[in-house]
Amino acid sequence: MTFWEVLGTVLLIALKSFVLLAALLVFIAYALLADRKIWAAVQLRRGPNVVGPWGLLQSFADLLKFVLKEPVIPAGANKAIFLLAPLVFATLALASWAVIPLADGWAIADINVGITYIFAISSLGVYGVIMGGWASNSKYAFLGALRSAAQMISYEVSLGFVIICVLLCAGSLNLSRIVLAQDTALGLFGWYWLWLFPMFVVFFISALAETNRPPFDLPEAESELVAGYMVEYSSTPYLLFMLGEYVAIMTMCALGTVLVLGGWLSPIPFAPFTWVPGVIWFAIKASFLFFMIAMVKAMVPRYRYDQLMRLGWKVFLPLSLISVVVVAFVLKLTGLAPGA
Amino acid sequence: MTAAAAFFYLFASVAIASGFMVIASRNPVASVLFLILAFVNAAGLFVLMGAEFLAMILVVVYVGAVAVLFLFVVMMLDVDFAELRQGFQQYLPVGALIGAIFLIELVLVVGSWTIDPGLVQAPLGNAAMGESFTNTAALGRVLYTEYAYFFQIAGLVLLVAMIGAIVLTLRDRPGVKRQNIAVQNARTQGMAVETRKVPSRQGVEV
Repeated sequence: MTFWEVLGTVLLIALKSFVLLAALLVFIAYALLADRKIWAAVQLRRGPNVVGPWGLLQSFADLLKFVLKEPVIPAGANKAIFLLAPLVFATLALASWAVIPLADGWAIADINVGITYIFAISSLGVYGVIMGGWASNSKYAFLGALRSAAQMISYEVSLGFVIICVLLCAGSLNLSRIVLAQDTALGLFGWYWLWLFPMFVVFFISALAETNRPPFDLPEAESELVAGYMVEYSSTPYLLFMLGEYVAIMTMCALGTVLVLGGWLSPIPFAPFTWVPGVIWFAIKASFLFFMIAMVKAMVPRYRYDQLMRLGWKVFLPLSLISVVVVAFVLKLTGLAPGA
Repeated sequence: MTAAAAFFYLFASVAIASGFMVIASRNPVASVLFLILAFVNAAGLFVLMGAEFLAMILVVVYVGAVAVLFLFVVMMLDVDFAELRQGFQQYLPVGALIGAIFLIELVLVVGSWTIDPGLVQAPLGNAAMGESFTNTAALGRVLYTEYAYFFQIAGLVLLVAMIGAIVLTLRDRPGVKRQNIAVQNARTQGMAVETRKVPSRQGVEV
């Protein structure tokens, strides 16, 4: 390859990444608004409705507000790590989107080990939290960081087993191939959510815990820890933490879409429905998962910390471990295993 | 210089620099963070060698789990590095001697390595499986099919180690309040609440 070819490839990748990033951030701005609107509707409130028509510009106003405020760094903080933490958190959250196939062939990097990549990157997200909590030099922040780290590591284990169940059925670590493996004549009923329904439930709840969403938002439980690991953050660093959190939630929605909801596939596998571009089906499915996550926030009270740990280690871990064994046996004995 | 070579030098130099900073930095938490940086760069080197599965597993296991525990311990313990460095001058000759012996041994062992040309031709043996045979599948085949018994034995050794660690730390402490969720859920109104008639001027026994 000549120098110009390399440069051309690099520029093309940069352009694709930029388009994806812009689309993702706008999508998240509206997901955030939707989150607040849904939460408000459940509580019979109006939610944000002042900035723009129906409050549609609320997230952009918030963005401006955060960026224009003064960042305050506590005197006792470790300055370098304090500022590095939100950057690490937001960057890692965004990095997982490089491998997610939004439609057939629409992934920036369609790598062989896509699912392991996402798993690895999401397991790194915990560093942003720990670094932020420790560098703040504040007891609330530190307690929040410790809780968050323990929680994320605990639920990652069962999340991993759920992913293994899907991999056994699909026979590939490549996200596009996992979607294509769900492409059957049954349409909606051929996707893994039906065949692996208990695992879909475990995945959904673990995703809530992994992203520190209510009812598992103990790291930032305002009634006991003020705002947990974010307590000392203000302005843009805080914005980066919030952004990272919502990007991580959208990543989990996208991952759920790819693993169990058939990715970009149409739910009804014949003519007028298959003409709809895949990316639209993908967005609808991811938004549906996000809606469920928002409803959980509105309806379920916060878990107690020991109950959270019990649920992760004593319920989900054995359940998902047994499922891996059962799925493997069923696939082997029925001869349905891919490549068998 | 190709792009791969450029990335190799980037990852390798950052890995070595951060490896050096692990032992040079004064703040123990910064040391652990540099260690993590070194791991991530090592994963980058694996990717360049075409071992993408190993790279991801390195990140998941070492960075995502082991290094988090390191970081926990270092943050929670109040490690006084000034105290740890007190005997530095005194122990330097012994340390240098051990380091030199290790270096010589490594050079002797690794320097005399020759890789079987058959292996270079077809990584992990099976060329017959063709192009679609990814290194994830190759590793799985080696671990779970060809060396399944050794893998099981390794798993058993780890299980014994885990049980050992639990046995060593498990103490039966009296007077600790525990919650049994099943018992809590099984409670009925009749078990928790009692209605009693209180006679005037006599009261009731509680």
